[in-house]
Amino acid sequence: MSGATSLPVRLESLFGADHVLTAETQLSKYAIDGMPPRAVLRPASAEEVAEIVKVAAREELAMIPCGSGSKLGIGMPPQRYDIALDMRGLQEIAHYDADDLTLSVDSGKLLGGVQMALRAKRQFLPLAVPCMEICTIGGTVASGIDSSLRQQYGTGRDFLIGAEFVDGTGRLCRSGGRVVKNVTGYDIHKLLIGSLGTLAVITRLNFRTFPLPEAHAGHLATFSSLDAALHYHAKVSQSGLPLSNLELFDSEYAAMAGRLFDAVNQNVSPLLKSNSWVVYSSCADNAIVVRRIVGDLERIASSTNCANQAALQEPANEELQGLSQTAYQLLSTAAPCVALLRIVLPQLHASTIAEILRTAETPWLHSAFVVRACNVAYLALLAEKEDEPTIAVLSRSVSSIFSAVSVAAGSAAVLHAPAALKRTMNLWGPSRPDFALMQRVKAAFDPQNIFAPGRFVGGI
Amino acid sequence: MDAAIIRELKTLLGPANVLSQTEDLMLYEFDGSVEKGRPEVVVFPHTTEDVSRIVKLADRYEVPIVGRGAGTGLSGGALARGGGVMIVFARMNRILELDLENRRAVVQPGVVNLDITRAVEHAGLYFAPDPSSQKSSTIGGNVAENSGGPHTLAAGLTTNHVTALELVLPDGEVVRVGSRHGDVNGYDLCGLFVGSEGTVALITEITVKLSRKAELVKTLLAVFDTVLDASRTVAEITARGITPSACEMMDGWTLAVIEDYLKAGFPKDSAAILLIEVEGLREAAESQATAVAGICQTHHAREVRTARDDHERDLLWKGRKNAFGAMGRLAPSNYVLDGVIPRSKLPEALERIHEIGTKAGFRIGNIFHAGDGNLHPIILFDPRDAGQFKNAVTVAEDIIRMCVAMGGSLTGEHGIGMEKNELMPLLFTDADFDLMRRLHDAFNPNSSLNPGKMFPISKGCGEIRVNRKSPLARVTS
Repeated sequence: MSGATSLPVRLESLFGADHVLTAETQLSKYAIDGMPPRAVLRPASAEEVAEIVKVAAREELAMIPCGSGSKLGIGMPPQRYDIALDMRGLQEIAHYDADDLTLSVDSGKLLGGVQMALRAKRQFLPLAVPCMEICTIGGTVASGIDSSLRQQYGTGRDFLIGAEFVDGTGRLCRSGGRVVKNVTGYDIHKLLIGSLGTLAVITRLNFRTFPLPEAHAGHLATFSSLDAALHYHAKVSQSGLPLSNLELFDSEYAAMAGRLFDAVNQNVSPLLKSNSWVVYSSCADNAIVVRRIVGDLERIASSTNCANQAALQEPANEELQGLSQTAYQLLSTAAPCVALLRIVLPQLHASTIAEILRTAETPWLHSAFVVRACNVAYLALLAEKEDEPTIAVLSRSVSSIFSAVSVAAGSAAVLHAPAALKRTMNLWGPSRPDFALMQRVKAAFDPQNIFAPGRFVGGI
Repeated sequence: MDAAIIRELKTLLGPANVLSQTEDLMLYEFDGSVEKGRPEVVVFPHTTEDVSRIVKLADRYEVPIVGRGAGTGLSGGALARGGGVMIVFARMNRILELDLENRRAVVQPGVVNLDITRAVEHAGLYFAPDPSSQKSSTIGGNVAENSGGPHTLAAGLTTNHVTALELVLPDGEVVRVGSRHGDVNGYDLCGLFVGSEGTVALITEITVKLSRKAELVKTLLAVFDTVLDASRTVAEITARGITPSACEMMDGWTLAVIEDYLKAGFPKDSAAILLIEVEGLREAAESQATAVAGICQTHHAREVRTARDDHERDLLWKGRKNAFGAMGRLAPSNYVLDGVIPRSKLPEALERIHEIGTKAGFRIGNIFHAGDGNLHPIILFDPRDAGQFKNAVTVAEDIIRMCVAMGGSLTGEHGIGMEKNELMPLLFTDADFDLMRRLHDAFNPNSSLNPGKMFPISKGCGEIRVNRKSPLARVTS
């Protein structure tokens, strides 16, 4: 059947013209690294997704599931891209038992909408991610994007309790369930987190939800040296205080934040513009507990070499929490040409961080660096223009950073970069010893290799 | 079994690490469940290299392999359903590394769960997953089954505390997945292997997270005159957004049995008690304890006691952790079920369990993790009475079916094993099994590892391709 008729025409005849977009202007909205799909399909149900995947598997059409597209740039440029599967037609909250703190929601539902529904019952999902108002919950999970509340609530794997998805054979499958404790069968839904749509099309996700805390507060401390800042950071870490955020800003990132708040007339804290290393902590609980934690932070800061410190009340703390939630957006748009790396460091040693930052010190680049929750750092390499020499410099810097991170037994990946850079290098860093196992997993889910081919680790 | 394989195993490991006499093998045909399966040879490796060699040998002779820790499992996961080689990890029991600064421990699979905590408690740390068997069960078994425990409510299951694994695949290949930090680029393979019940790989090294002891722990005991009041209390604690670190319920009948045995000071005339623990910073634990006590009183608790010190706390927990042992005084055997329901359905579920038991003529005790809806009905029976045993199994199935019908699940922490593999179709479709089977086959293509577990094998569930030569054929024939 794939003979003479063009793909868009065949898809229209199979799924109806109202489910298929083919105009060039529409296709360009779904382009990834400059490559548009040949058609966009807009399913309205999980069953329709399954039908579409069956056709794609039969015809070996490469398909990339999409939400709002806010994190669609993460990953290597696609090897092939026939169909963009716009999941925003799957919009239902299938089940929300507030008394049981469990939620089951279609993957195309916007995260902002989910949070609104939960807020009505004074609950929320601790997915504090960039573009929260406009991104879909499926895209959030598939992209594996960091939640800034990880310090307190863990990652999605700690509260995703089940999923429904269409595998590469076009069959609707499920894993887990809707209860908070469950060890029935393989934990397949965990594999979907951060898989960038390479394993399956997520159609529904089940979560445990959390009560909204009564009170929040924050604390800033500034330091004249990285050593002093890390010393304080370690002391806070070892204190066992339950924190929502524990972040370390370099002076550039702090200044960037300061300018951002100035631009919207938010006087958050002059400490952000003090040209020093900044440690930001925040906490959430009832008012008494929050007061106790901030008091402890003040004591710890005073006992170390802190230059300045300030307790933050609302709304200043809320502004900073918002900043840490949107760090990915802030950094990836901070200059005309940006390579944004996500770096996981098993230990925060001054020498490792200094080594990583040194690699960014070239006359053509400047950088901004922030250590977010649980030793996950973002480093943005910023350049004023996107030309060939700059791409070459970026490429060398990223390679040096990969090496420095490997030496420190950490891992790194490029989250955002110009297409020209993405085409020249492996964004996922050096290959891992378990890569062959990942390939086996991929082949089990997607035997025809139709889902987002080439975008993931090692070219999966 | 071919005598040659036993000879080769003895050469490989030394005769002291190989058991093949019937009277020895009989010791390994049981675990904590009501199932049975005798291995044909039992071996005790000391190193990962040993395990890899044993696996290669078994592969050459085409005999099945099953891994086993302490044999405390409750779903038959560590039983040799297809005979063959049983690899007992008891002698791979070293703690390889303690990284207190980064709160990680690297351990061999035969390390006993509680020994991890004992090794780090001087630094104010502990290993959070605490199955009732923690004094004897091994971390390898905990990882295979994704074990839980009373403190799962706040701390999560074993999977939430494992960051890296060393595995031996069925062809003998040794691979490492995950990382010490826990965050890797790529698929979450650790998440797949933890809880895979020994069906895809053998685990030879585990990196676990260590948790920090809370500043204050408050343990409350609330006594109720009706089960309904107790279960409504749990529902309200949940609905109010309070997450205790543990929230356990015991019904009055079970409690009386425990009290006769332990003399821990439990009331013998109550209908149910709740054992609730809250922890955190001093101010947080105190305000939560006050809130919990208030909710208990709203629901007519006859009495709310708070443990005054560690001794009192230990005594309260001793009753809970030794409950199943206490049951041994009443009947020759007991069958501990494991099902999960949405927490808001607790009152209804307990009533239904009582009805199911009464109808079949069994007295069913309930002692369970109420806070996360993880039920553990206990059926007392005499295994010498074949009819009674058969009825007990039917009642068990009825209760698990009820859990699923309420929107729950087949198991919260014991695993599927060979206890519930035939019930899996209650939750999963052919498409689900097909994917699970493809994942299984991606690592264990000949079903040589732990055959006959997790997947349904009865006729009618025809998704399983049985190669007559494969170890699985031993199970199905």
